[in-house]
Amino acid sequence: MVDMPLGPAGVGVPADVEDVELYHPHSWVTKYVFSQDAKVIAIQYSFVALSVGLIALVLSWLMRLQLGFPGVFSFIDANAYYQFITMHGMMMVVYVLTALFLGGFGNYLIPLMVGARDMVFPYVNMLSFWVYLLAVLVLVGSFFAPGGPTGAGWTLYPPQAILSGTPGGQEWGIIMMLVSLMIFIIGFTMGGLNYVVTVLQARARGMTLMRMPLTVWGIFTASFMALLAFPALFVGAVMMLFDRIFGTSFFMPAIVEMGQPLERNGGSPLLFQHLFWFFGHPEVYIVALPAFGIVSDLISTHARRNIFGYRMMVWALLAIGALSFVVWAHHMYVSGMNPYFGFFFATTTLIIAVPTAIKVYNWILTLWRGNIHLTVPMLFALAFIVTFVNGGLTGLFLGNVVVDVPLSDTMFVVAHFHMVMGVAPILVIFGAIYHWYPKVTGRMLDDTLGKIHFWVTFLGAYAIFFPMHYLGLMGIPRRYYELGEMAFVPPSAHTLNAFITIVALIVGATQLVFVFNLFWSLRHGRPSGGNPWRATTLEWQTPETPPPHGNWGKDLPVVYRWAYDYSVPGADQDFLPQNQPGITRAAPGSLHG
Amino acid sequence: MAVALILVLVAIGSVVFHLVSPWWWTPIASNWRYIDSTIIITFWITGAVFVAVVLFMAYCIYRFRHQSDRQAHYEPENKRLEWWLTIVTGLGVAAMLAPGLFVWRQFITVPDDATDIEVFGQQWQWSFRLPGADGRLGTSDTRLISPDNPLGLNKDDPKSHDDVVIEGGELHLPVGKPVKALLRSADVLHDFYVPEFRAKMDMVPGQISYIWFTPTRTGEYEILCAELCGVGHPQMRGKVIVQEASDYQAWLQDQASRNFARLVPAAN
Repeated sequence: MVDMPLGPAGVGVPADVEDVELYHPHSWVTKYVFSQDAKVIAIQYSFVALSVGLIALVLSWLMRLQLGFPGVFSFIDANAYYQFITMHGMMMVVYVLTALFLGGFGNYLIPLMVGARDMVFPYVNMLSFWVYLLAVLVLVGSFFAPGGPTGAGWTLYPPQAILSGTPGGQEWGIIMMLVSLMIFIIGFTMGGLNYVVTVLQARARGMTLMRMPLTVWGIFTASFMALLAFPALFVGAVMMLFDRIFGTSFFMPAIVEMGQPLERNGGSPLLFQHLFWFFGHPEVYIVALPAFGIVSDLISTHARRNIFGYRMMVWALLAIGALSFVVWAHHMYVSGMNPYFGFFFATTTLIIAVPTAIKVYNWILTLWRGNIHLTVPMLFALAFIVTFVNGGLTGLFLGNVVVDVPLSDTMFVVAHFHMVMGVAPILVIFGAIYHWYPKVTGRMLDDTLGKIHFWVTFLGAYAIFFPMHYLGLMGIPRRYYELGEMAFVPPSAHTLNAFITIVALIVGATQLVFVFNLFWSLRHGRPSGGNPWRATTLEWQTPETPPPHGNWGKDLPVVYRWAYDYSVPGADQDFLPQNQPGITRAAPGSLHG
Repeated sequence: MAVALILVLVAIGSVVFHLVSPWWWTPIASNWRYIDSTIIITFWITGAVFVAVVLFMAYCIYRFRHQSDRQAHYEPENKRLEWWLTIVTGLGVAAMLAPGLFVWRQFITVPDDATDIEVFGQQWQWSFRLPGADGRLGTSDTRLISPDNPLGLNKDDPKSHDDVVIEGGELHLPVGKPVKALLRSADVLHDFYVPEFRAKMDMVPGQISYIWFTPTRTGEYEILCAELCGVGHPQMRGKVIVQEASDYQAWLQDQASRNFARLVPAAN
């Protein structure tokens, strides 16, 4: 596909492969439940992921109540607290963010944006969702298991994860967590192969790789990374399950637990940490790269300006993806691993800042000399830049090995990763939903509700996490059920904790405005038409909105230009759709063809 | 306009918060001032970048706001500008990494005159072992742990005979003398963390990790566990007391005699 010969105007010669007939649904069940249409699967994925997100939101409230007002809420004991933080973390990272960006946005946008009728393996795609749902049910089911869910922290470090001092360690919690993760990975692999192969094999004629929207690049790169990274977690989960159930010692050295020697010997707890972070660090970028891609398209569309430095943006995405596989041990500077690793991992980690910075420059240079429409999606995109830059810069503290020593395992880390991979990608998710909701439903989300949602979420989240860094700088450790008496902690720190909790409650409650908007606008939203933002990319050029199964009607689109022909001089409107023939100006097509 | 203004306020507010924040690091009590300096350098560089990016955004949002007669500038790329920015970023990153790696080398290079001590973690308390008159610690093994031998010392190792064991108590250290803390755990991961020392390292069952530092200020400091080690994690507290050398010696003598008194009946 990449080497497809191009005609003189950059148009591909006709493919000699016949258009394959899709499996069209025959009943309500095959249309809306066991659907093979990527768009329906996308909505199913998104609905489940957002529901899990609401559970995780409530869990975060509960833990913040304990931190802000320790001892006031008697139903939050230490066991429950650790179970809440663990489930909140794992849910958000894996079952919400990964599932939403790849399973949700990936399914909806990839076929539409590359001009395909559907994913290349629709049946496997359907299975992927149902396996994901099973993983969610097992995970949520652990709340109702004897002993409750695991309280090992989302990192699940052994040996404690499978010992009795940790909630769920010797009961069902940890087993259900590991099994759920394994099911999730199986389901993800089915979806991930689809996303990658569809991008490589099913692009419309003329859609060369270097004409793809950055959204597709981001999701494609992230899916590819996930296919390489998740197996490490799978292996770790299998080994830990063996340690827990069959008494093996993959991760278990000689241990004397509460005075009792255990029949284990020779295993290595650090081995698990390497496996976990070999997955865990790429995972950060599996969440971030789709967000990078989407936000690029939001900024370009709403600033009516071509994305600045497109080729550099693509190379930066790929460079970040590749580098993210050689930085994992920066999570382990104080883990007791050989300290000489620190030199290598600090260097690779800080190098990754360079392509990341290039992306930020190109976003803000896209604003420069633009024609900026402050729509709700654009507001979220702008807020993403602020929070991402903030969280990215504190990563330079933690990545720089010796600076990490005092800050590691403190609230600074909690503030950092929430800003950079919590708040920032979630702002992109919101922006993307406001942006693409009209395509999915044919109606606009309400603007006023959107703006209320935006301002409270953005400023509130910033007020939660920015001051939190300073608690960590002071030395307050993370994962403390209660601070108790700490001589170096002044009373004002407790006041700050209470403040953070109150803001978190407000920001959380504001999400109900968003949920209401989603449902209300389904019926009452302003009809959007097919291309309300006057965008160039193919998903906005479908003959019908919402697009039916098969997307394109009789003929597949043919692509004549890159995705960013906004405000082209001499053109009669300020955007040229990718499938519009007639080159008004040769430069972009030939440059990026 | 309002959006641009709010972004300016976010940038300025963040800087003001940083400058007036009553929440700041504890007064340092070890030799790791270099770590603090590296953090300060990093704050300056990253703070400048943050403010520059947000203010630039705010300017663009105001200056290039949508107007009916405005047309955005069409410029797919600008090679010179992109390379220039890349190089400047590279230099900024190097300016933070270089001092960081330099200090890291010091952090992991233990001076020859450092005294070995042992910090021992178990759910959920701290114990310590100090070398006796021979200045050396004996070997140990988790499998030797028993009620009589809570830290699993190897009694066949003559170096262990005069080791002073402090179970669940306070660690005393002489001021101004470098210490290499050997870190060991009986059960799960723990982390030896004293905020005032700026030092922290995980304790991993099945292996021995280490950190070194020189206490520079007498006083009492809290030892916290910084690695989630089960439900008792926040209660796992200890105390380190840094004393003048003479006070320390007196305390050590006292501990040694208590250890001996405890061992004698067992020897019978």
